[in-house]
Amino acid sequence: MTQIFAYIPYKNGAAEDIALEFPSAAKKIDESASLTAVVTGSGADLDKVVEDMTGIYSEVIKVDNADLAYPNADVVRKALANIIPLDAIFLTAHDTFGMDLAPGLSVKMDSSYAADVVDFEGIDGTTLKAVRQELGGAVSTHMTIDIASGAVMTVRPGSFAPVEGGSAGGSVTDKSGDAGDLSAKRKFLEIVEAEVGDVDITKSDVLVSIGRGIEDEDNIEVAQELAEAMKAVVSCSRPIVDAKWLEKSRQVGTSGQTVKPKVYMAMGISGSFQHLGGVKGNPFIVAVNKNPKAPIFQVADVGVVEDILDFMPELTEAINDL
Amino acid sequence: MEILVCVKRVPDTAENEFELNGAGNDLDRDDLVYSVNEWDNYAVEEAIQIVDKVGGNVTVVTVGDDESEEVLRREMAMGANNGILLSDDAFEGSDGKGIAAILKAEIEKGSYDLIMTGAQADEGAGQVGGMLAAMLDMPYASLVNKIEVGDSKITVGREIEGGNQEMNEMQLPCVLSIQTGINEPRYVGIRGIRKVAKLDIPVKSASDLGVEGVGDAGAKTKRVDYFVPDLGDGAEMLEGSTDEIIEKLIEKLKAKGGL
Ligand SMILES: Cc1cc2nc3c(=O)[nH]c(=O)nc-3n(C[C@H](O)[C@H](O)[C@H](O)COP(=O)(O)OP(=O)(O)OC[C@H]3O[C@@H](n4cnc5c(N)ncnc54)[C@H](O)[C@@H]3O)c2cc1C
Ligand SMILES: Nc1ncnc2c1ncn2[C@@H]1O[C@H](COP(=O)(O)O)[C@@H](O)[C@H]1O
Repeated sequence: MTQIFAYIPYKNGAAEDIALEFPSAAKKIDESASLTAVVTGSGADLDKVVEDMTGIYSEVIKVDNADLAYPNADVVRKALANIIPLDAIFLTAHDTFGMDLAPGLSVKMDSSYAADVVDFEGIDGTTLKAVRQELGGAVSTHMTIDIASGAVMTVRPGSFAPVEGGSAGGSVTDKSGDAGDLSAKRKFLEIVEAEVGDVDITKSDVLVSIGRGIEDEDNIEVAQELAEAMKAVVSCSRPIVDAKWLEKSRQVGTSGQTVKPKVYMAMGISGSFQHLGGVKGNPFIVAVNKNPKAPIFQVADVGVVEDILDFMPELTEAINDL
Repeated sequence: MEILVCVKRVPDTAENEFELNGAGNDLDRDDLVYSVNEWDNYAVEEAIQIVDKVGGNVTVVTVGDDESEEVLRREMAMGANNGILLSDDAFEGSDGKGIAAILKAEIEKGSYDLIMTGAQADEGAGQVGGMLAAMLDMPYASLVNKIEVGDSKITVGREIEGGNQEMNEMQLPCVLSIQTGINEPRYVGIRGIRKVAKLDIPVKSASDLGVEGVGDAGAKTKRVDYFVPDLGDGAEMLEGSTDEIIEKLIEKLKAKGGL
């Protein structure tokens, strides 16, 4: 029987949403697989999450160790390599922790590796079929993964339907004693919080958001004029912040702000999942992009294929004339 | 400090509209514009800045075909001291572990204090750095956006969710995957590339490196095909003249509270 283990990420004693998504992913791998949640950490936060997971999973493994209090991937990896059966399937989120942990774990467990899986299409013999995306979401691919000696995979948050939790009545196995030697050459020091900027884009109902399509720092003015006409605020994708054209506090996405506007104007943004991960609350999305195949058109409500440098000034003028 | 940076030649997502080939099993690669992976440029810039401060050398390495030499030269024009091309028909079809195994073999022939990769490349995997570290039994940190170099240790910041930064102290040697925004990569012009056009770039094969079991035959994870997902209920595309489009858009924005 296929054995699947899902690593539960959490913050302040609350599991991330993906804890409810792993069960759907596991079903798509193998309807009859056994599924076990794995929770590592220390103290009250750990106990709280373990308790919550018994409502979702029928089996929960708990690993309590002071060295695991902060999830330092180099330490967690050592513990997991001692606890997860080598031929099992191990799932974790494709987030900043999963990316840190999982590739190395697949080496330590001598398992196959697949990153950022968005769908599974079942097992045939010892071959698992999965779907991923490449090139910033421009194309999708089918992958075959040889699971004969196990597999480690990261799954994209939000890709699998969340299950209803609460009633699984799962049992807890304490494997703290099996974690083994947790000494590591990487030591966690502290978290430095992101700086607060001059504007709070999370408070605005309408965002004019610009991406690499703005092409040049001087063109940002054009977006600002449109934003003024719409009584909106200018936000942006990551490359605009990387280029230091706008402050980090204006960046929308998993490594920036999470926004919940009513209307989101994506101007010259391709629509990577890390960007869209910051757009919540199901806003009305307008995408303007000169590439008719841009992935943003798959998620936008309304699309326009035009050059934003021509389109934005004309739209601004038309709005000002209303 | 001896620093090795792994770089990859990739299709440029900003410059291309991707089409599938007739058989649907690959991209139509005839007219694709390639460049160095965006993340790798930041890694090379960071390596150069570290060496400028504390001394040493920056070596850039890639696993690829003859054409991959151009990305090595580009990074040498930025200021990397050496380039190495790992190339062999036997490397074709390698999965992430195959690529990491090939790079590992080269790394073990040298003596590096610091090994850097990009956080991810064209396949969006973000796997090679972490695999390399595990194979070399070195500490690893991904998504690094700050590096402070000490004697036998370095302090690195990792970018985590929400733009917060996780600070870690790491022993050397170690492997780091570099996130965009850590620095501002310098511009390389045609003249810069010309200056390094004649520098020797050694090419190493599977037997030079002594690696086996990589390539398509050894790959446990394989891409079967490419496809463009069904648009489903994708965007309603506004068409007509720009004036007509703007008129329709304004109506919709009014209805949805955008105006
Ligand atoms: C761990 C991690 C975290 C990340 N976090 C974030 C995040 O929080 N936020 C974020 O945004 N990204 C994030 N990224 C980066 C993300 O993967 C993408 O690289 C990024 O979102 C791309 O930004 P873009 O769409 O502006 O640029 P591109 O992908 O380059 O797209 C530019 C688009 O503009 C179009 N265009 C070009 N010129 C014009 C024009 N004149 N008129 C109209 N259209 C034009 C192009 O067709 C293209 O579709 C993260 C990446 C990683 C690895
Ligand atoms: N063929 C390759 N040659 C050299 N380095 C590579 C290669 N493929 C990936 N890398 C390195 O690994 C990083 C992450 O790529 P990936 O794991 O493919 O997403 C890249 O930014 C490179 O630094």
